[in-house]
Amino acid sequence: MTSETTGTHGAVLEGGAPGGDRPIVELRGAGKAYGNIRALHGVDLAVRPGRVTCVLGDNGAGKSTLIKIVSGLHQHTEGEFLVDGEPVRFTTPREALDRGIATVYQDLATVPLMPVWRNFFLGRELTRGPWPVRRLDIARMKRTADAQLRDMGIVLDDLEQPIGTLSGGQRQCVAIARAVHFGARVLILDEPTAALGVKQSGVVLKYIAAARERGLGVIFITHNPHHAYMVGDHFSVLRLGTLELSAARSEVTLETLTNHMAGGAELAALKHELAQVGGVDVDELPEERELSAAPEPAVADPAASEPVEGKS
Amino acid sequence: MGITRHAEPAVTTPPAPGPKETGGRTRERPLALRLLARPEVGVFLGAAAVLVFFLIAAPTVRQGGSMATVLYQSSTIGIMALPVALLMIGGEFDLSAGVAVVTSALTASMLSYQLTLNVWTGVIVALLVSLAVGAFNGWMLVRTGLPSFLVTLGTFLILQGVNLAVTKLVTGNVATDDISDMEGFGRARAIFASSFDVGGVQVKITVVWWLVFAALATWVLLRTKYGNWIFAVGGNQESARAVGVPVTFTKVTLFMLVGFGAWFVGMHQLFSFNTVQSGEGVGQELIYIAAAVIGGCLLTGGYGSAIGPVFGAFMFGMVNQGIVYAGWNPDWFKAFLGVMLLGAVLVNLWVRRTATRR
Repeated sequence: MTSETTGTHGAVLEGGAPGGDRPIVELRGAGKAYGNIRALHGVDLAVRPGRVTCVLGDNGAGKSTLIKIVSGLHQHTEGEFLVDGEPVRFTTPREALDRGIATVYQDLATVPLMPVWRNFFLGRELTRGPWPVRRLDIARMKRTADAQLRDMGIVLDDLEQPIGTLSGGQRQCVAIARAVHFGARVLILDEPTAALGVKQSGVVLKYIAAARERGLGVIFITHNPHHAYMVGDHFSVLRLGTLELSAARSEVTLETLTNHMAGGAELAALKHELAQVGGVDVDELPEERELSAAPEPAVADPAASEPVEGKS
Repeated sequence: MGITRHAEPAVTTPPAPGPKETGGRTRERPLALRLLARPEVGVFLGAAAVLVFFLIAAPTVRQGGSMATVLYQSSTIGIMALPVALLMIGGEFDLSAGVAVVTSALTASMLSYQLTLNVWTGVIVALLVSLAVGAFNGWMLVRTGLPSFLVTLGTFLILQGVNLAVTKLVTGNVATDDISDMEGFGRARAIFASSFDVGGVQVKITVVWWLVFAALATWVLLRTKYGNWIFAVGGNQESARAVGVPVTFTKVTLFMLVGFGAWFVGMHQLFSFNTVQSGEGVGQELIYIAAAVIGGCLLTGGYGSAIGPVFGAFMFGMVNQGIVYAGWNPDWFKAFLGVMLLGAVLVNLWVRRTATRR
C-alpha cells in the first residue's frame, strides 16, 4: 500500500549482471524444522548471476521448504541465509521481492479470473494522479505488459482475457516475464514444467535460458533431470531434507544425475520386488550402480520418502 | 470461504492444454461473448424483466410516486449490498451486517439521549463503533484463518444479544427514546433521511446516496490499486500474497467498509423513525448477500461488480413493492425472491461458463 510500488527496478539488473561470481543468494548449512519434524537440514546453495542452479528431488525431499525460505514465506531455523553476502531473515515475500528475489510458483502464480494485464502488474500497479483521485494507469500498464510479453516471444491479441484461459505454459511465461520486468535478480521457478506437455515445457525452458542470458540468477526446481540438464549450470539433489549431490555441470553426466534423482538404491530394491511379482522383464532394467547408499527396503511405502523421522 | 470453494471448478480452472497454442495466438472472442462476460449483464436483464412484468401486472407502478417508493426500498438494501458485494468479491462474507445496522443506530441514539449530547456526537461515536466491529471481524478472520462464515456468525450472535440486552439495561424498554427534539437532529435528518422534489414526486435522499456510492465503488473496483487487490485476494489469496498484495490490509478494510455501510443505513433508520427497535436487523444480512449474488458476484470471490448489486437491490425493491401494488398477498414475497435468487445464480453460472470458454 506504499507508494513505491510504481516504477520498475530495472537499475538493479545492471548491478548484478557483470558482478562475476559472487553469489547473490547463498545458503550455508541452512535448515528448517516444523516443530520436531526436520524438513531441511544442512543445505548449502549458491545462486550466481547468469547461472541456473537446479534443485532436484523427489516429492517430500524438501524442495518446497527450500524455496519457501528463499522467497520469504517461511524462515530458516538453522544455518545462514545470505543475500549479497549479508545475513537476512525475510518475514514476508515482499521483503524478498524488494531484494530482487522473485518466485514463480507452479500453481499459484496468477489469479485465474483476472485479465492478463492486471495479473502482470498485480501488487506493483502503475498509478497516476494525486492521492484522492489516484488511479490505475491502465493504458501504460497494457502497453508495458504487451511489450514485455512480446519481448519474451508471447503474443496475445487480447490482454483483457482472464489469465485462466491461457495455457499452462503461457501462464508460466507471463509470470516469468513479469518477474523479469520487475527487476528480479534471482528467479525461483517452482517446478515450472511439472504440469506441462513436451512442447510447452520446451517453451518454458527457452525462457529460463533467456533469463540467464539477461544475467539473472535462476533457481530451477524440478524433478525432471532431463529438463534440468538442458539448462542447468549447477545441480543440487535433495533427498530426505539433506543435500545428496551438489555438483557443477562439468562434474556430472545426465546419467548420474538421473540415477541420483531416482535414488539408485531404491530403484535396485524396486527391481528386486518387481522380479518377485513376476510378469515384469527385469533383465532389461539397469543394474544398480555405484550409488549403493544405506539399504532402503521400504521403497514401496510412500511414507518412507517423507522426511518424517528427521534422519539425515 | 473454504466451504464453497469447489463450487465452480469449470470457471476458475479451465483445462490447461488448449487446442490452439500456435505461438501464443488466441482467436478474438466475439463481441457478444465479451459483453456477456461482464458480471452485471445477467442481472440487468433480470431487473428489466421484473420491471416490465410489474409495469404490466400492476398499473399503479407506472405512477411516479410508486416508482419513488420502489427506489427508496431498493436504496436501503442497495447501500448495504454495495460493501457486502465488495467484501464478497474479496472472498469473504459478513453475517453480522444486518444486526450491525441496528447496533450503529442504537449506539447513536442511546449515547445522545442518555448523556444529552448533540446528536452528532452520537453519530460520530456510532461510526467509530461500526468501523471497530468491522475491523474486529477482519482482524479475527486474518489472525485465526477461520472461515468468515464462522467468525461473522459469532459477531452476529454477539451483536444480536448485546443490542437487546444493553437497550433494555439502559432504557428499560426494547426501543430507544425519541430523539427528534434534540440538538442537531434537523441537520442529521437532512443528510441521512430527507426527501426532495423531482417533478412533483418526493424522492428520498438515500436514493441519491445509493447511486453516488455505487459510482464510487465501481471506480474504486475497476480503476484503483485497491480495487485490483480486492479481486486478487478474492480470486487467489495465496497468489496475491506471493506477489506482494497486502492481503491483511485489504480484508480488514473491506470488513470496515461493511461497517461504514451499516453505520450509514443505521443513521438513516434512526433519523427517519426517531427511535430504534433493538431486535430488528436479523435476517437482513442474507438479503444483502442475496442482492450481491443476484448482482453477479461470485460467492467464492474474485468475480463481480458494484453495478450488478445495484440492479440486484432494485429487483428486491421492485418485487417487494410490486407485489403490494399488484394487490397480491405479500406473503409471496419471500417465495418469489427465492426463485429469483436461484434463477439469477443459474443465469450467472451459464453466462460465465459461456463467456470464459476458450
